[in-house]
Amino acid sequence: MTVPAVASAHRLSVAGLSFSRGRRKLFTDLSWQLDAGEALILRGANGSGKTSLLRVLSGLTAADSGEVKWNDRSWAPLSSAQRATMLYLGHVNAIKDELSAAENLAEALAFDGLQIDAAMQRDALRRVGLADRLDLQARRLSQGQKRRIGLARLALSSKPLWLLDEPTNALDSEGVEIFVELVGKHLEQGGLACIATHLPLVLAGKVRELALGETSA
Amino acid sequence: MSAAIEAPERAIWLAAARDLRLGFRSRAELIQALVFLVLVVSLFPLAIGPESAILKRVAAGVVWVAALLSVLLTLPRLFSADHADGTLEQLVLSPYPLPLIAAGKILAHWLMAGLPLSVIAPLLGLQFGLAGEELVVLTVSLMLGTPILSMIGAIGAALTLGVRGGSILMALLVLPLYIPVLIFGAGAVEQVMASIDYSANLSLLGAGLLFGALASPFAVATALRISLD
Repeated sequence: MTVPAVASAHRLSVAGLSFSRGRRKLFTDLSWQLDAGEALILRGANGSGKTSLLRVLSGLTAADSGEVKWNDRSWAPLSSAQRATMLYLGHVNAIKDELSAAENLAEALAFDGLQIDAAMQRDALRRVGLADRLDLQARRLSQGQKRRIGLARLALSSKPLWLLDEPTNALDSEGVEIFVELVGKHLEQGGLACIATHLPLVLAGKVRELALGETSA
Repeated sequence: MSAAIEAPERAIWLAAARDLRLGFRSRAELIQALVFLVLVVSLFPLAIGPESAILKRVAAGVVWVAALLSVLLTLPRLFSADHADGTLEQLVLSPYPLPLIAAGKILAHWLMAGLPLSVIAPLLGLQFGLAGEELVVLTVSLMLGTPILSMIGAIGAALTLGVRGGSILMALLVLPLYIPVLIFGAGAVEQVMASIDYSANLSLLGAGLLFGALASPFAVATALRISLD
């Protein structure tokens, strides 16, 4: 194994990535590179492959061809290195209705392998605007409030790569502001983010856009 | 920053504790499976008649078949709820090893389905006129056999995840594999009733338990990854 480069300078790149669902080619021969502190916003109509691309990047789904590289080393899908590096928030909230907001966050962080004390967790939930909902069962929370539990998880995450699927769905303008601030801070610290969204989203920092859906011939 | 995870074996307890907590929050479903078991077993004396010789003869088979069906009833929920709300993806993407998480989920399933069932089985056996050593062997055979049911069932549940009509398909997949467990489990009680040495049957169940404990977490992990692809 080679000695890894400076820990703060990460790079995510894809080379020749192709993926199809059934007979429909969602994207073909996709190649790009994302450096530390950069965000990539995936745009495209419904069904254009935004979610599929995120799932391929996360390792959940295997691409038809091509590879995903982290710091120029190829990532086998779902390898332990890959799972330790990224945080994926899907378009469903991954929230258990039976658990309270605080318990949901604690479970998610525990499975992320993070040991963060309860006071800090509650503080993070307060900062995303759930101060008076901490111990309420999640079934009584609105969609946007459940989404905000995910924001608290982002706030406490130390993983360098964020893969976010429609993160601002169901969020109100205040929620979106919190989200933009979190991503801004993440990028400032040298993190990377891939964000699929069909909503207008203005991020600070180095942001690139990738339009999916018009490439298939 | 994102070093390899410390103490990966923690995943078993994390996953088991999580599922136990969720299970107790919606405990109605656990109780339903037990009530189902009691009802099914109680139907037989009504259908066959109160003749104690016949009842005693079929007791072990009836309790074992009912236990098997009761476990089957609880299996679809093992992964489908996590699948629907997106937490299953998070478990698969967790830096903890997925086989250990799967092992934790199987353990929790047995604690909530197989264990209570094994504990009330002697009461059901009494209803059929079993006594003394027969009840002990029935309980021990269930204690050894029901974890195997959870392990095989978890593989079936993981494979049929997200398939339409998955729970019927799962039953068709899993029930044939339950047959050996049923034969050895019920067979042990038959043998003690006939005053034959029953230790071979229990040993075979024990061996199945050990083999399942080693193999099933990996099979479940692979099946989950395939189902989520």
